[in-house]
Amino acid sequence: MSGGGQGRLVIVVTLCVAMLLTILPMPEWARAFRPQWVTLVLLYWVIALPHLVGVGSAFVVGIVLDALTGTLLGQHALGLSVVAFIAIQLHQRIRVFPFWQQSLGILVLLVIEQLLGLWVNGATRGETPELIYWAIPPIGALLWPWIFVTLRKIRRHFKVG
Amino acid sequence: MRGGVPRHRLWLIAQTESVTIKPIFAQGPSQTARVVAAVILSLILLVLDHRFHHLQQLRSTLAFLTYPLHYLADLPLSASHWLGETTSSRDVLLRQNRELRDQNLRLRVELQKYESLQAENMRLRDLVDSSFKVGDRVLVAELSSVDLDPYKQQVLINKGSASGTFEGQPVLDAHAVMGQVTSVTPFSSTVLLITDTSHALPVQVLRNGLRTIAVGTGRIDQLKLPYLPTNSDIVEGDLLVTSGLGGKFPPGYPVASVTRIDRSPDAPFSTVTAQPRAHLDRSREVLLVWTVPNQLPVTPRAPAAPAKPDTKATDDDAREPGT
Repeated sequence: MSGGGQGRLVIVVTLCVAMLLTILPMPEWARAFRPQWVTLVLLYWVIALPHLVGVGSAFVVGIVLDALTGTLLGQHALGLSVVAFIAIQLHQRIRVFPFWQQSLGILVLLVIEQLLGLWVNGATRGETPELIYWAIPPIGALLWPWIFVTLRKIRRHFKVG
Repeated sequence: MRGGVPRHRLWLIAQTESVTIKPIFAQGPSQTARVVAAVILSLILLVLDHRFHHLQQLRSTLAFLTYPLHYLADLPLSASHWLGETTSSRDVLLRQNRELRDQNLRLRVELQKYESLQAENMRLRDLVDSSFKVGDRVLVAELSSVDLDPYKQQVLINKGSASGTFEGQPVLDAHAVMGQVTSVTPFSSTVLLITDTSHALPVQVLRNGLRTIAVGTGRIDQLKLPYLPTNSDIVEGDLLVTSGLGGKFPPGYPVASVTRIDRSPDAPFSTVTAQPRAHLDRSREVLLVWTVPNQLPVTPRAPAAPAKPDTKATDDDAREPGT
């Protein structure tokens, strides 16, 4: 199997689940802590299968995410494409890191995405979010090992890539 | 089998080829070009969307594609809502029924008063030749419990263009104005709340008709009125209603009540904050409003125009001897 129709379908389904988690109703206090699910899942696929999922896919996913969450079209697309690009450059190294080191690398990528989001928000709406905004990337980095293991299991089970 | 290669050999060749296709180093010069293209494209999209609002069609199409996800995310809560309704006990239903009947009766009495007032109003307007018409059509929509971007004040409702919803349509709840529709798909639409920082609403003070603009603050319980001079006549507790001057909202609906006024003597404008009357974070049912197209009330013009210079002249005449 070389990542044919079924492989792509598995990738799309995992991304859809991540999007679902992004908009799933949560109690008010938990909303501010919602991790960047889509970024995390996308990063896994970019690192695991850079020949299948790259900057182009990241851009498309970003546009869909923008439509889904009602942000300006291009806001998530910008962040995700840049982060996917960096991940592609580093994927050989990130793959062989131990988990905690991987998490640190992912943390940096997540912070870059938040920064780009902050920049777009500041430029278009002129508001700075509360400090809680910066608690989101560490949460994502802490979740990374579990996401990595789960998605690797899924990838091996469906023989994607 | 052609060319003398046995079938299993062909399969083997295909298999090895598919393995060699997978590159070890995925990055090439094209990745950099791609990311530059992606960044430029997203910047163009951002500018088009933010400055010129040219992408409504694209956004609606995309939102239509993501509708299944919105539906799925809303499903658990709406299902539990439905379950709670269908399995609620007879007593509860009876009590609710009684309460609603009482309320209905009360509202009917209010309505009678309102109807007579409306009739009187129309009669008076007829007298002054005004072409003002009262009458709006409304439709009840339900809020979807989907969480959108947490840094923007907007909600999703379950009525779309299939029900006649359109962009810019006013949305109210039982108490006051909530916001306006910003994007429409066949079965859902996004509503920008009046408290979003990008929203401004023409209002007037009910007590004296003072016109101003209410701007969102990004906080769900606050609006600000930044364009009021320090000496303007506004006090805490004043009710703000839509003035209808923006052309989007019908005039006369309540919006917010003034909660705080800071007048500092050295500033040209006072800082006025108001609290929205609508239950922006609690309402589940909202009302979509279609305004019957009307013109702003026209004031009678025939006798007033020539009369004015005269009175002014007499005023001047009267004052002159004194000076």
